[in-house]
Amino acid sequence: MDDLQLMVGGLANGCVYGLIALGFVLIYKATEQVNFAQGDMMMLGAFVAIGLGNESHAGLPFWLACIGAVTIMAGFGMAVERTLLRPLFGQSQIAVVILTIAFGFVLRFVAGAIWGHDPLVMDNPVAGTHVTFGQVVLGADEIAVIVVTLLLTGLLFLFFARTKLGIAMQAASQNQLAAYYMGIPVKRIHGLTWMLAGATAAAAGILFAAKGSVDPSAGLLGIKAFAAAVIGGFGSLPGALLGGLIIGLVEPFAARYIAAGYAQIAPYSVLILVLIFRPHGLFAQVRGKKL
Amino acid sequence: MSGALLEVRNLESYYGPVLAIRGISLDVPEGAIVAVLGANGAGKTTLLKTISGVLTPEKGAVRFAGEPIARQEPDAIVRRGIVHVPEGREIFPLLSVAQNLAMGAYTRADRAVAADTVRVLDYFPVLLERMAQPAGTLSGGQQQMLAVARGLMARPKLMLLDEPSLGLSPMLVRAIFDVIRRIHQEQGISVLLVEQNAQLALEVADFGYVMETGRIVLDGPAEALKESRDIQEFYLGGSQHTARDDRRWKPRKSWR
Ligand SMILES: Nc1ncnc2c1ncn2[C@@H]1O[C@H](COP(=O)(O)OP(=O)(O)OP(=O)(O)O)[C@@H](O)[C@H]1O
Ligand SMILES: [Mg+2]
Repeated sequence: MDDLQLMVGGLANGCVYGLIALGFVLIYKATEQVNFAQGDMMMLGAFVAIGLGNESHAGLPFWLACIGAVTIMAGFGMAVERTLLRPLFGQSQIAVVILTIAFGFVLRFVAGAIWGHDPLVMDNPVAGTHVTFGQVVLGADEIAVIVVTLLLTGLLFLFFARTKLGIAMQAASQNQLAAYYMGIPVKRIHGLTWMLAGATAAAAGILFAAKGSVDPSAGLLGIKAFAAAVIGGFGSLPGALLGGLIIGLVEPFAARYIAAGYAQIAPYSVLILVLIFRPHGLFAQVRGKKL
Repeated sequence: MSGALLEVRNLESYYGPVLAIRGISLDVPEGAIVAVLGANGAGKTTLLKTISGVLTPEKGAVRFAGEPIARQEPDAIVRRGIVHVPEGREIFPLLSVAQNLAMGAYTRADRAVAADTVRVLDYFPVLLERMAQPAGTLSGGQQQMLAVARGLMARPKLMLLDEPSLGLSPMLVRAIFDVIRRIHQEQGISVLLVEQNAQLALEVADFGYVMETGRIVLDGPAEALKESRDIQEFYLGGSQHTARDDRRWKPRKSWR
């Protein structure tokens, strides 16, 4: 019984890792860049949602606050691409890595200055309610997180696999020059991708702040999400979610069954094991790729 | 206005400090196949890239159907009806063949895309059996066909074809040139064809230009170029060995 609760809690955490990992993969799939500020964008999305929705702040209805936060973060993602990334267009990958790491720090300090450093919880309709299956009591928030994440991942997957824009995003990353030749507006596509990554970060932030609490350093769990993306193959959306779920599950069980102090190593040990046995991740996609 | 579909005037393009084409002028009349010949590094690809907007020219003008298009974004130029089929099979390797074709029609919003896919596959039946396969797993020749087919999906008025025969077996070269001829006749598409294979190019083309180190050094109707001694010696490799050829010095190209 306890293990089941542990599992659901782990899955819910894993969903948040998975959603941040989706942000990594989205941007990587479309632009071949890695946005190391994705975790901090999640944190910012959480604070924006709290700022809009909590009684102590603007006090909008929950759904309105969610829609507002997703919209604002979508615009934010697009603005980041336009102002910070586009000038680096065509520069080395490492420039983008350093830029996004530094940008993550900036977001952390800005969030601290605006919302303070104490953890905040987002007011939400299912807070504190429980769902009972026989003798098992599960938090409604955790169930909601899992359902919402599965839905979002499914939608994003369909978007990439089926829509013209989604396929064009993949095309632009696989062969940028050919994308230009086909009349795909590559720069606009990059902007739209960052917009999508911003919206996804907001969704992750809302789920994170609704089931737990958020403070400005919460973005640091982006490292675990990065590990999740790598486990999943860094290019596969379902892989990113799966990687997130694996890390989410490993954590609580390691904390229970492994000596304290060693338990924290567990998620990264999984990462290393996956990389040793499946160097391209579980959902390898890079094999056929032109270098 | 001379009235040709594509008019290129004094075009100059740089790669950084390197001047790659130096004042190119040429015409592609409506409904014509025009060939551009030249050795490696002559600037043929650069010329096509500049026309399709991937490179911005430093000087000069490009007019398409009477309108200036130089310095426009590549997607705007595709929308006007110019599609560039690049050299070296630049396909989208992880997308399926069908998705590659769909990307060829990216700039189109009309409902005829599905019907056009059927029509295009009629020229390349070998792709039909492989629609669901990732394009990166096609053979080199099949990828070349996919690149041409994908270009056709844009429903171009003018096709810029960069060395479609590159690396193909003689039989496939024949096949692809047959398709080019059919496309031109049946769809009324004008073609600017860059080729190393001068023999073949001049067979399908109406008019030809010869480029060397970024300049056009010779031009004329395809028939006349085929007869030209320079072309014979330097591009067609056809030298009837006569007593005169026993001279010790290297023959000089007459345009120098
Ligand atoms: N990206 C680039 N950066 C710098 N110089 C370049 C670049 N691409 C081409 N060049 C140079 O520009 C000149 C023209 O190149 P271009 O590719 O147009 O030749 P080409 O006629 O298409 O040759 P080929 O028949 O080998 O394809 C060459 O001297 C080449 O070295
Ligand atoms: Mg070339």
